[in-house]
Amino acid sequence: MAAISNTADTQHGLTAHSHGAGVPVASRADHFTSFDVEAFEIPGGREEIWRFTPMKRLADLHKGAPATGTATVEVAAAEGVTVEKVANGDARLGVAGVPGDRIAAQAYTSFTEATVVTLPKDTKVEPTTITVTGPGAGQVAYGHLQVKAEMFAEAAVVVDHRGSGAYADNIEFVVADGAHLTVIVLNDWADDAVHVSSHHAKLGRDATLRHTVVTLGGDLVRVTPTVAYAGRGGDAELVGLYFADAGQHFEHRPFIDHAVANCRSNVVYKGALQGEGAHTVWIGDVLIRAAAEGTETFELNRNLILTDGARADSVPNLEIETGEIEGAGHASATGRFDDEQLFYLQARGIPEKQARRLVVRGFFQELIAKISVPEVRERLEAAIEAELQAVEA
Amino acid sequence: MATLEIKDLHVSVTSEDAPKEILKGVDLTIKAGETHAIMGPNGSGKSTLSYAIAGHPKYDITSGTVTLDGEDVLEMSVDERARAGLFLAMQYPVEVPGVSMSNFLRTAATAVRGEAPALRHWVKEVKAAMSDLDIDPAFAERSVNEGFSGGEKKRHEILQLGLLQPKIAILDETDSGLDVDALRVVSEGVNRYKASGEVGVMLITHYTRILKYISPDFVHVFANGRIVESGGPELANQLEAEGYVKYGKQEAASTS
Repeated sequence: MAAISNTADTQHGLTAHSHGAGVPVASRADHFTSFDVEAFEIPGGREEIWRFTPMKRLADLHKGAPATGTATVEVAAAEGVTVEKVANGDARLGVAGVPGDRIAAQAYTSFTEATVVTLPKDTKVEPTTITVTGPGAGQVAYGHLQVKAEMFAEAAVVVDHRGSGAYADNIEFVVADGAHLTVIVLNDWADDAVHVSSHHAKLGRDATLRHTVVTLGGDLVRVTPTVAYAGRGGDAELVGLYFADAGQHFEHRPFIDHAVANCRSNVVYKGALQGEGAHTVWIGDVLIRAAAEGTETFELNRNLILTDGARADSVPNLEIETGEIEGAGHASATGRFDDEQLFYLQARGIPEKQARRLVVRGFFQELIAKISVPEVRERLEAAIEAELQAVEA
Repeated sequence: MATLEIKDLHVSVTSEDAPKEILKGVDLTIKAGETHAIMGPNGSGKSTLSYAIAGHPKYDITSGTVTLDGEDVLEMSVDERARAGLFLAMQYPVEVPGVSMSNFLRTAATAVRGEAPALRHWVKEVKAAMSDLDIDPAFAERSVNEGFSGGEKKRHEILQLGLLQPKIAILDETDSGLDVDALRVVSEGVNRYKASGEVGVMLITHYTRILKYISPDFVHVFANGRIVESGGPELANQLEAEGYVKYGKQEAASTS
């Protein structure tokens, strides 16, 4: 049996998440952060932020595993974009956010060289691709990346993770006033890879961030994107797509921290799961602090379970400390494949396998359509197609 | 000359506890060129008959046979039945989010015709078929049935009927929920299909009003899981006047 958590029933494959089910034990505002790895206890796995993660498969990243290799970072920079390599301790680093768990702090402490990519002000540039290749099977590496969009920059950056090994990193997205940054992070790792990644986005006044995470490969991938606002008018859209196969653990933990008035956020993550032991976790935290009047936010997670033996956990948490907001909402739904849709398509002569593919492609379509870099969109469509063919084989 | 032959069909559904027999021995033969109206009160099993023929997994065939031109329909998968020439216009068409109507229609036509229709010709064909049913061309880019009104869904069922050109069409309460204009447009669509070739129609309905637009050659009264009376169009007139009282149900068959 596929386990479906946090859903009352599964009529027609989708259910609305009932309000109030996801109120956290402690306020997100009290969440501990530090650059110092020793400030964090070694987690045992029962802590709230670790309870869904299979700790044994973390390659000891949480227990101070020393770096035995390095991840290769190659940047195909568009014209006008600056790429620098800076040492750990450089004053420019760490401005977008502070590590919120031990592995993020470990990565911040342990990396040797950071890559800083600067997108020029007042300019629209072509997409830049940053390819990060893991340290290799059995190796451990730590890394740091900063993507900085200067004032009124308009740019897209693709961060493409591939290869083997265990890798922990922090990625900063510094979006200056009026800048418009589109980020697509691909996690297309080899089957053995372990990747624990914290994204820290800081949005200036009237800044826009379009942040997409696509997780398709790896043994264990855990991504924690955090968005903070430094000025009014910030607008963040977080989109996620994931497709977990047998044995894979994919965990996404977006956190939007509304501490400034008149900002907007929209979070949409969709996942498909197939195969024995496929496990996805989505924890969506939104905190609207007392000062954040006029906030508009919505978060949504949907999971499509394609076979028995897969499990999707989905927990939206929405905390509101002021009533003076434009709107706030959340929804979560996890369901089985809808047999009525299948019947309808088959009743029009479409063979079952093709009908299944149509339905799954349809499930992801609204998110794929949002991906503004055509090469990435095509690659993603092909990857989903390959995933679907794999289950039929 | 297509022939759909249903013999002594028994069908059960399994609800929470025990299987429940819905169809209790249906015999019916529909030949190309014939239109058969199946009329009956609510809960008599009319829709079960249509879904069982189409192969919905919810229904268990416990005994009997269904053949299309001698081929065993019950041995076929749902999509094989459609490709063999059976079509079910559903009472409640299903929404398929993210799949555009145009993609769906082309995929279905490719499957049923055995090859992808030439693009230029296909676009014209779909446009004309939509126009015939007063469907706004913008619907082609919308997700299948998503957010469609009841009437829009029914028009799209008949659109598919026209494009897929089955040998035998089963129309399950296609008239339900339609206003007068929509009923006329949809009925004209069915009549165009009938006129297009040697095809057979099984028209399932509770009310007689659609029979004013689509003339049946045969009328069958369906009650308690089987056909209890068969006749010509005059039987519909009798139901129009008397309702289903004679068959144990205090239900009218006329809307006037």
